Amino acid sequence: MRWAAGAAVALLLALPAFPSVFGSYAVTLFTLIFFYGFLGQSWNVVGGYAGQLSAGHAAFLGVGAYTAAVLSVELGVTPWIGMFAGGGLAAALGALVGYLGFRFGLRGFYFVLLTVALAEMCRIVAANTDAVGGALGYYITFTGNPRQFQFQDPRAYYYIALGLMLAATALVGWLAPRRFGVYLTAIREDERACEAAGVDTFRYKMLAMLLSAFLTGIGGTFYAFYLFSLQPNTVFGVPLSVEIIIRPIVGGAGTVLGPVVGSFILSPLAELSRHYFAQGGWHGAHLIAYGVLLIAVVLFLPDGAWPRLQRALHRRARPAA
Amino acid sequence: MSLLQARGISKRFGGVQAVSALDLDVAEGEVVGLIGPNGAGKTTAFDLLSGFLVPDAGEIRFRGVSLRGRKPHAICALGLARTFQIVRPFPRLSVLDNVLVGALGRHADAATARSRARAVVERVGLGPKAAAPAFGLTLAERKRVELARALATEPALLLLDEVMAGLNPTEIAVLVALIGDINASGVSILLIEHNMRAVMTLSRRIVVLSFGERVAEGSPAAVARHPKVIEAYLGEEYVDGAAPTR
Amino acid sequence: MAVGLSLIFGVMRVVNFAHGDLMVWGMYLAWVLATRGGVDPYASFIVCAAVLFVVGVAIQRGLVQRIVDAPHEMQILLMLGVALVLENTALLVFGPEPHRVRSSLAQSTVWLGPLFVDVARLITFGVAVALTALLSLFLFRTDIGRSIRAAADNTYGALVIGTDVRRVYAVAFGVGAACVGAAGALVAPLVPFQPPTGLQLSVASFNIVIIGGMGSLVGAFAGGLLVSVAESLGAVFLKPSLKELVSFSLLVLILLFRPAGIFGRRAP
Repeated sequence: MRWAAGAAVALLLALPAFPSVFGSYAVTLFTLIFFYGFLGQSWNVVGGYAGQLSAGHAAFLGVGAYTAAVLSVELGVTPWIGMFAGGGLAAALGALVGYLGFRFGLRGFYFVLLTVALAEMCRIVAANTDAVGGALGYYITFTGNPRQFQFQDPRAYYYIALGLMLAATALVGWLAPRRFGVYLTAIREDERACEAAGVDTFRYKMLAMLLSAFLTGIGGTFYAFYLFSLQPNTVFGVPLSVEIIIRPIVGGAGTVLGPVVGSFILSPLAELSRHYFAQGGWHGAHLIAYGVLLIAVVLFLPDGAWPRLQRALHRRARPAA
Repeated sequence: MSLLQARGISKRFGGVQAVSALDLDVAEGEVVGLIGPNGAGKTTAFDLLSGFLVPDAGEIRFRGVSLRGRKPHAICALGLARTFQIVRPFPRLSVLDNVLVGALGRHADAATARSRARAVVERVGLGPKAAAPAFGLTLAERKRVELARALATEPALLLLDEVMAGLNPTEIAVLVALIGDINASGVSILLIEHNMRAVMTLSRRIVVLSFGERVAEGSPAAVARHPKVIEAYLGEEYVDGAAPTR
Repeated sequence: MAVGLSLIFGVMRVVNFAHGDLMVWGMYLAWVLATRGGVDPYASFIVCAAVLFVVGVAIQRGLVQRIVDAPHEMQILLMLGVALVLENTALLVFGPEPHRVRSSLAQSTVWLGPLFVDVARLITFGVAVALTALLSLFLFRTDIGRSIRAAADNTYGALVIGTDVRRVYAVAFGVGAACVGAAGALVAPLVPFQPPTGLQLSVASFNIVIIGGMGSLVGAFAGGLLVSVAESLGAVFLKPSLKELVSFSLLVLILLFRPAGIFGRRAP
């Protein structure tokens, strides 16, 4: 086990150095790995730890993205501040969904559908609001000005994405053994038993939702100023929500490193398959693969890849046990 | 010193009056047994007392405070803890983490809570299995996990719902000793139980429920001889003391 | 039309992701039968129902059954995976453009008292009502139906009395799939459909079930009625593309003030 930990630390230290060595395609790939790792970690708080599956997290991303974008373009507010406004608005939305869902005990499928409905509503509102570009989308002119969260050099995005992912992971790692984290995992197991043991399930689910939405909203700012265009169908769509949740689920929902591992596994695969399928003109084929992957994970790897990997590494270290 | 005072609590489900104008008291330090045939309303009474159901009528006072409108977690914070008839430990959490959840209700700092939890785990005899996930344990062990979790909330009153169900005589004896020990340390206990020997051994006082109403109350010996109790459990024919002729 | 749909969804009381997408497959099947086989959807809906019954049972037996004891979030994820596969396979096979089924009946209209009514919608409504009546009979009068209701209410209890819960679940799932299959075929001539329609249908049915209230037939009916009226009004007064917003707002209002739904008898 020692060597695995050592390798992980080495990798961690090496990550900042990569951009100098890698070509631009690799930099982009890793940027995406880190960014989706960040988003997945944000979702992990409410979806993995608290077990409240939200399939509409794109709503929070989109709200954060549009908010920061509009604030920057229309009001000249720098996205470095705008991202907190975006996160805050996303958190408010999260509070709404949380209140509607948790107060009245919407469990299981119903809560998921509520979140999906939310994302759909956001999509419709955005597509019908000309002030934010309507169905055609909102565009940000590229200025390359760092104060506007825009960078000429793609490596800047690399570092920011890496920073986001590390920060989120550190936060989750810090929270997990504390009361907040323990309560969330208990809520995921059995809410009624939690109540009997003194856990205010509503409060903690709301907190998880707020944190998750806020972080995802911040991710929205990155998204907006990395891609420079926001289309309601893309930004609020189910495919994006699926992208957000599939990495932590495959990697290990409810674990600290699960979303990171999941992103490292899936992002390269996603890019590859997207290229391959797009060339064949097959629409949405990679989503079929995601669907199959989800089914396979549920049936064969319910804890996710990272816990399974951990167990395998433990066994290697202690063969006699 | 009265710890729990329930007066006239009632609960109806559709066409069924599950609990009807029930009065229930538990004094400090007491062990009170709650018995009655299946469907008598015992678990419903527990649900009412612990806040999982709202009474249609009646008042419940715990340590002088009214429990009206309080959610279960708030009631637990006041010092009233319960276990469930079908045992519900957190399956994927370890024994220690299960109990930790209870302890965190009293100690916000995770480290303190963890050490308290460990003490409780030892006390119920699950020390060697502290790291094992709850789903892999035997029924008796899972019951002790749930008991430990409730204990970790440092209750003044513990509601135990059929903890002996499904256990073999050895396990029952261990549990009876444990419950006696818990009571000796100052926790009052209200227990629903079908195992008569356990109830008679542990309880100072017994309340008998039938069809949602209290039909008898008193010392174990008195209750055992009470005609209404015999009627409730065995039917009218047995009340005179002789088996019916056929 | 929405009323008919909601009746079916409401009675089934189980809204899951894949239903919307299964329904879209029902639509596509009807389309295939219509264009290749020349069969009118008003006749083929029975075939669609049968095919989807089999598909439903297959999904249940093959996938859902395996994780029946798993934590519920696993079951949700499974259905999400199934929905993804269904929706995007449809996309692959049929392409993203909207399809429509032609039916001679869809063109004709009839006078019904003072109202000018679409024969197509009339038939759809009628069949939906008939199906719902059949379904209620099935659930309330037959042994299997009773087993399904028992298992839905109290799985443990049902097991205790010897119900073959696995078979019951499979049948329930199959019946649900059959219903949406029929619904799909019936609706196919009325609206253009494309793979993402599945998602919209799932969301719409969710809205209806919550608004109307669960556990209540009247609720399902009322919910569907309310939603379709509200949406039509919304389309008139606001922009047509905003009509889903209307039903969503309704949903929010209901959740805030009467979470059990208008006629609901129990919480979700």
